[in-house]
Amino acid sequence: MAMLELENLRVSFPSAEGPVDVVKGISLSLGRERLGIVGESGSGKSLTGRAILKLINRPGVMHADRLEFDGIDLLSQSERQMRHLRGARLSMVMQDPKFSLHPVMRVGDQIAEALRCHERLRRRDVKARVIEMLEKVRINEPEAVARLYPHQISGGMGQRVMIAMMLIPKPDLLIADEPTSALDVSVQATVLDLIDSLVTDNGMGLMLISHDLNLVARYCDRILVMNAGEVVEECAAGQLQQATHPYTQGLLAAVPQMVEDRDELPVLDRSRWSGT
Amino acid sequence: MNALTLEGVNIAYGHTQVVHDVSFSVASGESFALVGESGSGKSTVLKAIAALATGWSGSIEVAGKPRSREHDKAFARQCQMVFQDPYGSLHPRKTIDTILAEPLQVHGLGNRNTRILDMLNAVGLDKRYRFRFPHQLSGGQRQRVAIARALMLEPSIMLLDEPTSALDVSVQAEILNLLKRLRAEQNLTYLMVSHNLPVVGFMCERMAVMQQGRIVEICDTAALRTGEFTSGYTQELYAASGGAG
Amino acid sequence: MNRLQQWLTDESPETRWQANLGRSWRLLRMLMKNPLALLGSLIIIGLILVAAFAPWIAPQSPIGQDLGNRLLPPSSEHFMGTDELGRDIFSRVIHGSRITLLIVALVAIISAPLGLLIGAVSGYFGGWIDKLLMGITDVFLSMPKLILALAFVAALGPGIENAIIAIAITAWPVYARIARAETLTFRQSEFIAATQMLGASNTRIIVRHVLPLCTSSMIVRMTLDMAGIILTAAGLGFLGLGAQPPLPEWGAMISRGRTFILDQWWVATMPGIAIIVVSLGFCFLGDGLRDVLDPRNEGQR
Repeated sequence: MAMLELENLRVSFPSAEGPVDVVKGISLSLGRERLGIVGESGSGKSLTGRAILKLINRPGVMHADRLEFDGIDLLSQSERQMRHLRGARLSMVMQDPKFSLHPVMRVGDQIAEALRCHERLRRRDVKARVIEMLEKVRINEPEAVARLYPHQISGGMGQRVMIAMMLIPKPDLLIADEPTSALDVSVQATVLDLIDSLVTDNGMGLMLISHDLNLVARYCDRILVMNAGEVVEECAAGQLQQATHPYTQGLLAAVPQMVEDRDELPVLDRSRWSGT
Repeated sequence: MNALTLEGVNIAYGHTQVVHDVSFSVASGESFALVGESGSGKSTVLKAIAALATGWSGSIEVAGKPRSREHDKAFARQCQMVFQDPYGSLHPRKTIDTILAEPLQVHGLGNRNTRILDMLNAVGLDKRYRFRFPHQLSGGQRQRVAIARALMLEPSIMLLDEPTSALDVSVQAEILNLLKRLRAEQNLTYLMVSHNLPVVGFMCERMAVMQQGRIVEICDTAALRTGEFTSGYTQELYAASGGAG
Repeated sequence: MNRLQQWLTDESPETRWQANLGRSWRLLRMLMKNPLALLGSLIIIGLILVAAFAPWIAPQSPIGQDLGNRLLPPSSEHFMGTDELGRDIFSRVIHGSRITLLIVALVAIISAPLGLLIGAVSGYFGGWIDKLLMGITDVFLSMPKLILALAFVAALGPGIENAIIAIAITAWPVYARIARAETLTFRQSEFIAATQMLGASNTRIIVRHVLPLCTSSMIVRMTLDMAGIILTAAGLGFLGLGAQPPLPEWGAMISRGRTFILDQWWVATMPGIAIIVVSLGFCFLGDGLRDVLDPRNEGQR
């Protein structure tokens, strides 16, 4: 039985011409596996991730036929109950650590805060868990780093602190929305490797949302390709190169390769599938 | 003759020196890349050439003439820049038409109507976009407008600061194709800053790899095919970017 | 009408004119959807109309005395009663709108461009120019407005022109501060850098690129300040330093009515109501404009 079941999710925003669907009926199920959601900006991939946590801000409205997490019907949960689930069992890592960390709170205190929200522990135990978690995200000298403020640490380290914060209550599902887009390539790999090993070791589910096809293919088992609010293709990560939908093929071809022989990059011909 | 020559350039913001002893030259008609991660100083070098960063010492020559630290009209006719963020580089309250007319007005060039229409055509924008405001355009369309504005003065050198890193891959392909085509058509010299090695491989002939304000290696981008680099840092970067290292 | 509307909201306008008119049309429509802003604009339009047609609306002369009819309560003949010299208060309030409008318009014309320019120059250049200009601004800001205006009027001599100059002198520092803050937010923007690279002069960048971005917050702030300007002018009039008798300035009228406030309440109350209504009108309009002109609202239709 799948851990997360989502059926016919719609997210709409009001406009002058009435509500416009930005996510148009997405269904997916997720077990303890690594699912990648790929799409370009405006494809609705981030909204899908947020909708699972019921974090759609006004004036957006979400609607789904079914949204179940581990047997709990999330749609009928109150905001209070949702707050309890978020963090404890469902977690989210956002794009830019600069905006998701509190600027005037020490790193260690923020991680401790995340833990204290969901578990009652003695102060000494909390501190030990925080240090242990920082070690797990491969931060050297965790005691020293815990005493720093967010502006004193680099982007890569900030993102690792975010991950530590999200994983310390031991959630069952981690939703990572472009977790490395703000980071340098060399740091990207370490952060993703870290997420990957933590997810595999703890037997968690991972939903990795990104615009980068190759990156998702490297770190996920299964891939959903989204375009204009719809899933256009679903495939196993290994079979991405054999994708059948023209949009996926177009996306794959548009990326410049390290060994590049083409004089011109193929451009997406959007009329091939959005003509309807 | 070289389009650009930098000799022993040091750049500082206030008292912190961020670029140390950078020297390279770009031949006329060549496409050259500055590669590195954030904080490597690659954008700062571009800013110094553009006189957007003034705290530099050493020698910068553009088309054989020493570069001053001020903006001047003669330089503007020779060298223009395309910025990274297509949302921040266009004035939010001006129509595309006004934005493209600005360089013509500053330099007192006539025949504006035809020039603007020709340029829109050259960068692949339909003329119905001419009187729209930037917020009515997509990121890719905005970047086309930014390229059009830079080309309005018919410069021979273009400074490109991560021109596609804020765009989707499919749009990135369009803009890269456009830049490549324009370079061939107008015999432009490109100095491009990027962190993306495959993009550099597609666009440029030579590249300088920067780390912590210094150039660690200058090589042909053909080396990206084989991964044979002299510097260990370049090897690392190459491996992290998905190159077989 | 439908064709005109379509032309205005066209997604791809064909001329500069159409694009700019279309933008104004969208802003106007958004403004009209806000009930308070609509009320505010109606009041202001009313004020302008009344001022324009004052001689035709007012039943009697605003300065003609009729000592036989002094201090009459409101009646069908005198809507707002008469004052201590037998003048029809309604006629005086109507004619007073001209003075109020004059004060507001002149103060805005003098102080807003001055503040805007000083703020923009200060924010754009930074460094010692910024320190110098903002130092001067702070000196003016640190003194209470009315006291400063009083000092200027005392120095220049009482009278409506001097009152206007005094109020304008006290009003600009706020605008300079706002313009500087606005300028700083986009001073480092790439579109400014791009324009510099085109070889455009600093004057051109400030006038053509920096100032247009400061104006919307300036218009909002000015509209909200209008109420304060009216009140300061009324305050000066009340103290006898603004408009001189027999000019029907609202503040001066209240001042004259003070003597009879217990027995003949209408003499001070009627111009007071006029001041309140017009001040509120400007406040409502200012709030509505703020909602509409906020750049974050633009782009999403």
